Amino acid sequence: MKFHTLKKLRVIISLLFFLLTAFLFLDFTNALSYKAVNTILFLQFVPSVLLFVNLLSYTAIGFLIVITLTLLFGRIYCSTICPLGTLQDIIIYLSKKLKINKRFTYQRTYNWLRYSILIVTVATFLFGNIVLINLLDPFSNFGRIFSNLIRPVYLFANNVLVSVLELFDSYYLYPVNLKTFVLFTFIFAFFFLIMIIWMAIRGGRIYCNTICPVGTLLGIISKISLFRISIDESTCNSCWACSLKCKAGCIHGGKIKIDYSRCVVCFDCFSSCKSNAVKFKFAFGRKKKPLPEKEPNNKRREFLITTGIFSLSLTGLAFGKNRIEGLKKTNIPDNKKYPVCPPGSLSIEHFTTTCTACHLCISACPTQVLKPSFLEYGLMGMMQPYMNYCKSFCNFDCVVCSEICPSGAILPISLEEKKLTQLGKVNFIKENCIVETEGTDCGACSEHCPTKAVYMVPYKDNLVIPEINQDICIGCGACEFACPTKPFKAIYIDGNPIHLKAKKPEKEILNGKIDYEEDFPF
Amino acid sequence: MKRRDFFKKGLSAGIIAGTAITFGKYKNLFAANSLPPEDTFDLVAVKGGEPVQMFDKAIESLGGMKNFVKSGQKVLVKPNIGWDAVPERAADTNPSLVGRVVEYCFNAGAKDVYVFDNTCDQWNKCYKNSGIEKAVKDAGGKIVPGNRESYYQEVEIKEGKKLKKAKVHELVLDSDVFINVPILKSHSSTKLTIAMKNMMGVVWDRMYWHRNDLNQCIADCSTFCKPDLNIVDAYNVMKVNGPRGVSIDDVVQLKSLVVSKDIVAVDAAATKIFGLEPDDISYITIADEMNIGTKDLAKLNINRIIM
Repeated sequence: MKFHTLKKLRVIISLLFFLLTAFLFLDFTNALSYKAVNTILFLQFVPSVLLFVNLLSYTAIGFLIVITLTLLFGRIYCSTICPLGTLQDIIIYLSKKLKINKRFTYQRTYNWLRYSILIVTVATFLFGNIVLINLLDPFSNFGRIFSNLIRPVYLFANNVLVSVLELFDSYYLYPVNLKTFVLFTFIFAFFFLIMIIWMAIRGGRIYCNTICPVGTLLGIISKISLFRISIDESTCNSCWACSLKCKAGCIHGGKIKIDYSRCVVCFDCFSSCKSNAVKFKFAFGRKKKPLPEKEPNNKRREFLITTGIFSLSLTGLAFGKNRIEGLKKTNIPDNKKYPVCPPGSLSIEHFTTTCTACHLCISACPTQVLKPSFLEYGLMGMMQPYMNYCKSFCNFDCVVCSEICPSGAILPISLEEKKLTQLGKVNFIKENCIVETEGTDCGACSEHCPTKAVYMVPYKDNLVIPEINQDICIGCGACEFACPTKPFKAIYIDGNPIHLKAKKPEKEILNGKIDYEEDFPF
Repeated sequence: MKRRDFFKKGLSAGIIAGTAITFGKYKNLFAANSLPPEDTFDLVAVKGGEPVQMFDKAIESLGGMKNFVKSGQKVLVKPNIGWDAVPERAADTNPSLVGRVVEYCFNAGAKDVYVFDNTCDQWNKCYKNSGIEKAVKDAGGKIVPGNRESYYQEVEIKEGKKLKKAKVHELVLDSDVFINVPILKSHSSTKLTIAMKNMMGVVWDRMYWHRNDLNQCIADCSTFCKPDLNIVDAYNVMKVNGPRGVSIDDVVQLKSLVVSKDIVAVDAAATKIFGLEPDDISYITIADEMNIGTKDLAKLNINRIIM
């Protein structure tokens, strides 16, 4: 095989992964089955590790395959499978086309930085804190960028198209109202994207080789990979061409040396070499004779400072307050002690220690009841999704989030199980209720309740007023959503820190057979 | 893309969007509804058949659909598609009935037949799982979303006592003929939902009604939204736990259908079929007092068909 074909192959595979993954975060029609979603995301490293820890099943061994691939060929995960990696490649490609930055150069390593980020991330995770993974995982950051920044644009474009089609009396497409916008997550994703763009333009895969814990881990493994890119010293004339082409900045032209811990195996260097000295070959155990060192290139001091501050601030976060905090009591008179986490997530504890806040469930939820949190789960749970009953409620006949969650934060749950899983309990504030305050009928809460945990009982003046039965309530939030009182609801769901089993609603025996012989009652 | 190009494109997209919204708002606000000629029966009640057959009988005894739909007219058919439930749960209008109504409209010469509802559950799931989307499409009708506020235009309800203004779906204002196809169900607060209450699905802000005397608002809306024909599906009837229902156990088969131009009369007759009295239902009494229609079935010329 010619080495040029390898690059083409890499580009095709990476674009395939990129486009499919991006589509998952933009799609609002649930176009792909959950099996397709799981297949597409099977190899995503961090979600796969977390899923494996939770399920201990062969269905979650994607990360083991990635490690094996790395042992064989080096960090091809970073150049093909990781969507954030491909996003950076696209930025690099564009910056070259737009002549913003045409070439790279060898960079010194920031080993102390990347290894300490990796160690702190793994250590905090082992102590049950996922916040660093949450903030640094490339897949989750990619998800947040697409879910929070690109998706609103996508939906807007869809709605514009809908309006245009409707002028021609076509209802082929339908409009969608975005209910999940959270300023904090938007700003976070926005600044992350800006940072990635800046880094990619300045020095290629800086994020992958300095900050990303997955990149660092796979970098360590790829030091002993079987197949590697290597430079034939006998034919190399130290022209630095490959080094200037290398977006990982890992080829030292003077020393004719490649830092394999940083090489993302993108195969870009092949085409740059005029003397065909760069090859991809079996290289296990090959030792290199050290050459006399030349002065490395300009150190990017400002970069060091920025990344230093960035990572320091992240590390600071890890020693924050207790994870599970109640809602911030501002002027909300309802007595919500806990937020509600989605069905299948078992408990707030399980959910907040497993969720990487990739926001795939937020993109997939048909009713958009899932929303990125701000402080609902406390400082450590920022951006992890919670059930927001202000604008929507959980569809009774739906388990989409549990089917597609790539990390196992929301574990698979059958529809029958879900219908008896109590996420929270209903609470009624009679003093806020329309029937009490206005003396007129309302009953919106009871109308929407799928189990009749909220039902209407006779009240004064021939009215009916809600009464609640917490035993059969599943905490879907339909009542809270439907309650028309302002600004405070008369009925609300308080989350269960550990999900409970709800009782089955009781059946009423009905006798209503039609008598065909009998005349009409009028 | 250069920055200037980006702005240019953004701006043009904005203009398209703006234009689309503006044009959407002022479509034929004052289309006159052509009234069908007088027919002999004020109300037809059928029982004992399948939904489609019962409708065939009923519309035949009213002189056929041509009495309501004229050639080239734009028709709105408004079923109850409020809930994400399968047809057997009887939470939404029977899909075969809705499909048949759409078919008849086209047979009578309708140019376009539109179907929509402002649903309670996620709208696209309701449309799909109720079977109504498929039935309408199979019959050649257009099923239209009702999930965006810009579809709804504010109107003044002059005769309304509590509901003085409402945002009503543009199709209600646009269409030449308006056919109401509700299902008879139990209802947690108003006891029953039939034809008048089905009008809650043509307005945007239902919660206003709940805050401001629900029963009065239901009657008020019927002073403005006046369907040309009301077809009440009482084939499978949710006797308890309405309007959403919990399971199929809430449903009994009454195999009935009531059709009338008088929205109050049709509600009164359906109430009796359910086993309650019109006087038990507040909004029927209010509507009768406001002369929207009559609840006194003895005054009407009723055709009773047992199949």
